Amino acid sequence: MNVELFAPELTLTACAIIVILLDFVINRKGLLAAVSIAGIVISAGFTIALWGSSSQAIFNNMLVVDNFALFFKLLFLGTAAMLILASVDYVSKFARFQGEYYALILLSTLGMMLMAATTELISIYVALELTSISLYVLVGFLKDPKSTEASLKYLLLGAVASAVLLYGMALVFGFTGKTQLGEIAQAIQAMSPQAPLASPALLLGIVLLVAGFGFKIAAVPFQMWVPDVYEGAPTPITAYLSVASKAAGFAIILRVFNSAFGLPNWLSLDWGLIFAVLAAIGMTLGNVVAIPQSNIKRMLGYSSIAQAGYLMVGLATVGFSPAADTLGQSGLIFFLASYALTNVGAFIAIIAISNKVNSDLIEDYSGMGKRAPLLALALTLCLVSLTGVPPTAGFMAKFYIFNGAVQHGLLWLVIIAVINSVISAYYYFRVAKVMWLGKPASEEKVPSSGALRVALSLSCLGVLLLGIVPSSVIRLAELAAKMLIP
Amino acid sequence: MMPFLVWLIFLLPLSSFIINSIIAMLVHPVSEGTRGGNLRNKISGYITIATIGGSLILSIWTLLSVMALPHHELAIPDINWLVIGDKLSISLGLIVNPLTVVMLIVVTVVSLLVQIYSQGYMHGDPGYHRYYAFMSLFTASMLGVALADNLLFLYVFWEGVGLCSYLLIGFWFHRPAAADAAKKAFIVTRLGDFGFLAAILLLFANTGTFDITELSHLAITGGLAGATLTWAAIGIFSGAVGKSAQFPLHVWLPDAMEGPTPVSALIHAATMVAAGVFLVARTYPLFAHSVEALTTVAIIGGVTAIFAATMGLVMNDIKRVLAYSTISQLGYMMLGLGTGGVAIGMFHLFNHAFFKALLFLGAGSVNHATGTFDMRQMGGLRKIMPWTYVTFLIASLSLTGIWPFAGFWSKDDIILSSMESQPILFVLATITVFMTAFYMFRAVFLTFGGEYRGGDPGSHGHPHESPPVMVVPMVILAVLAVVSGFWNVTGSFGVFLGHGETRSFVEGFFGIFTHPLPWISMLLAVLGILLAYAIYSARWLSAEHIGSLFKPLYILFSRKYWMDELYENIIVKKALLGGIFNGLEQVDTHVVDGAVNGAASGTIAGGGVLRRAQTGQLQLYGLFIGIGVLAIIVCLYLFG
Repeated sequence: MNVELFAPELTLTACAIIVILLDFVINRKGLLAAVSIAGIVISAGFTIALWGSSSQAIFNNMLVVDNFALFFKLLFLGTAAMLILASVDYVSKFARFQGEYYALILLSTLGMMLMAATTELISIYVALELTSISLYVLVGFLKDPKSTEASLKYLLLGAVASAVLLYGMALVFGFTGKTQLGEIAQAIQAMSPQAPLASPALLLGIVLLVAGFGFKIAAVPFQMWVPDVYEGAPTPITAYLSVASKAAGFAIILRVFNSAFGLPNWLSLDWGLIFAVLAAIGMTLGNVVAIPQSNIKRMLGYSSIAQAGYLMVGLATVGFSPAADTLGQSGLIFFLASYALTNVGAFIAIIAISNKVNSDLIEDYSGMGKRAPLLALALTLCLVSLTGVPPTAGFMAKFYIFNGAVQHGLLWLVIIAVINSVISAYYYFRVAKVMWLGKPASEEKVPSSGALRVALSLSCLGVLLLGIVPSSVIRLAELAAKMLIP
Repeated sequence: MMPFLVWLIFLLPLSSFIINSIIAMLVHPVSEGTRGGNLRNKISGYITIATIGGSLILSIWTLLSVMALPHHELAIPDINWLVIGDKLSISLGLIVNPLTVVMLIVVTVVSLLVQIYSQGYMHGDPGYHRYYAFMSLFTASMLGVALADNLLFLYVFWEGVGLCSYLLIGFWFHRPAAADAAKKAFIVTRLGDFGFLAAILLLFANTGTFDITELSHLAITGGLAGATLTWAAIGIFSGAVGKSAQFPLHVWLPDAMEGPTPVSALIHAATMVAAGVFLVARTYPLFAHSVEALTTVAIIGGVTAIFAATMGLVMNDIKRVLAYSTISQLGYMMLGLGTGGVAIGMFHLFNHAFFKALLFLGAGSVNHATGTFDMRQMGGLRKIMPWTYVTFLIASLSLTGIWPFAGFWSKDDIILSSMESQPILFVLATITVFMTAFYMFRAVFLTFGGEYRGGDPGSHGHPHESPPVMVVPMVILAVLAVVSGFWNVTGSFGVFLGHGETRSFVEGFFGIFTHPLPWISMLLAVLGILLAYAIYSARWLSAEHIGSLFKPLYILFSRKYWMDELYENIIVKKALLGGIFNGLEQVDTHVVDGAVNGAASGTIAGGGVLRRAQTGQLQLYGLFIGIGVLAIIVCLYLFG
């Protein structure tokens, strides 16, 4: 095996260890963030160098290096880098364990990178746990009652979800005798029972996998943990959960369902329909419950449930389209990239504001347009993008994913999604209204660190670029999606 | 030759907009004399002038390249803007043909000179940086309109022009009149834009393309014909009517005088109002193959020409005289497009840009000296402001259409083409020549002749000539106002634009007088000038006496045919607010609101109920996961 194929992961591991060790010897903790960023940049450099080569299996076919995995690795690395930049102020308030904070972020990123690359059930589980366990700790990092409660809930429910997932994997293994995704597909096609109900064990296995992964992506009805955990977790970690963790979940669903259950057609139509129904319920529930929220983190929690619904429209499209057509996959990948930029941007602005006002209540954002015009402008831009209004990334992403769905006979689902987008405008724009038209509680300006401003400008720039000149990212998403054709 | 450089023509001013916006946000003006204060206060002006100067050089280079090419068309590689799968593909491209380059030259020349002049006019204004940021975006949008090769992107830039006009007319937004004028311009042009947008969607629904070249080809080959073509063309024309201030949407332009005068110069000469005429020229094949649409263009143009001229006769504000003159001249251009062809209409646009910009800069210069735009308070400025006087006089002669000034050559082409197609429109056009001469020289004699009448009562002492930074652009424009017409003396402009329907005079510099028509129009123009001289300079006739003699007409003209009152009081207040809106409000409160409130309270109540399910109870959450799995399985067995 060629070690350079694993260089991005190795770099990140080394960097996490270095950060923990450095934490013992240095006093200027800001340096830890710099080291983490440097590790991420090097890792991203290796990842980019690998781009474009044909797919290569490593570790006895447990992992694969292909454009699909590389695209997601870059997405995770980018998200982690932006959030580390935005965390510098936030973390400096911690008396202890700053090194662990950065190291855990790096390790969970490592887990996600593995998730995007796994092609085998056991390693999927291991990668998933590596990610999750780091996140359980990070969620409880504030050590106040709320944060601790959130962490415990996340841990216990995560354990339930893991159990469900493992049970599903066991059923699939029992049915096919394989753990390798490609071999599972061959085994299923060899039996080819021609009807979904003819193989109830397989179907049950698939449903349990949907439930296990559905927990990660916050799909209804496996979303109950979201509002409580989002509210209690440190804000940068909330952002990380809502973006990177969710993207990793979608990456692995795409990989598993494409590679293992993509064919025969009756099977993919089946799980496509499951995702379509979950999508419709998820976005409706997320948007409706987001309306009465008064805490912005909780509101964005429900919003992320709704966004997961839009994303599942892409999954449904994948299920409904013929195997050679990757419109659904590429739409989903593009949506994830634009959602990552947008949501990270929104959370960074929230981090900056809550650093100053020490509150996550929407009413305390009153008059932010006067107190912190640039932050308010950035947050407004991100909210507009989340609503899906041009010329932002959110519009392009929705247009892309809905276009694919309509082409594959999911018009009903798109109609529901568009109605939902209109509903969502209500609570997104309400925040903007409070910020621009509300009376400021005080005249005090809201300061923010240079690192945070850099991260915020990068995400806003990305939101605009993806909304105005999306074609190059669309190309990348299409190249990544091509790798999934079985 | 590097075709991609053409992109820079509009990207340069766009970058200037971005840089200047940042400057406007971060740099606050400091008092003069402090170290570096001069550069700090004026940096945005320099950036704008440098970038638009760059655009001008590139435009000249493009003009020369296009002229050198046998087919007069420069191919620029398209940029794929949005390609999704293999079914949807929208590309962004530039069209560089003679029509484009003529427009590019007009926009960049006028804009550059206006920007230079503005340094003097806007000197010391607290919004200096903001002003230049908007002006850059205005220029960039207009260049985008000229270059875009598909209707979708043209529309984006078109709206950009509209937005900038709103921002610039309302530049001094703390003055209620300016804020109102900006709103009026935006809303009135919006009415026309609605038709334009509808036409774009109609065309896309019928042909599946936004590309102008493809649409033109379809119109020529008959793939696009009949009612669809006519409605699409009329929709496009309604956009042009709004932007180019044609009857009945002309009401916004005179009020647009509330913006800084250099803005008016740009709006009236090269951007905004020119966009409408240009749009018709750009999509001309669509009009050419629909008799109804072309006739509509000609009639609206001819009517607007004389209608606006009558109002110009009686205005006392020098900028309002010029505003009505612009509307009238735009009417001429539309008339030229409707009866003659692209070359005829565009040639007048080309010439008009220079002398009209000059007239506005002259008005600004006069205002700079006297503090007023009211001609009754001016007078005698001929001796005090010789440069302004001479350049203003040249521009007036050009506008009046005196041989051999620029306006003569293009105006007579229009009158000729109208004579050959619509006798009634010909009569209107010739009467307008007389009126134009009268109102322009009324303005010249009132402003520059006689004795100084004191300027604005509240203003500072003695008027003076404007600084060189303002005078030099005027002199350059004055030269252009004389010579720009020579391009078509032998018909070479028409040949360059390459549309066969050109019917211009081609007999040359003196040969043109072998036709009777130039004699007639010149005679009418001279009569108009003489009448103005008799009343306002020599005072052989009393203005008051004539005014009372034609009192009903005078009132009709000076009240602008009560069009503002008609729109505001009758249509907006009575018909819309009192009638339709009131009725709609009843429906809204009782039917729609009921439904919406029901839905909203249902939604919010639903949200409340669902929120209550979020108890925070861990066991319950775990149970939900199990129930969820069971529900999916049950549903699959029931419906699967």
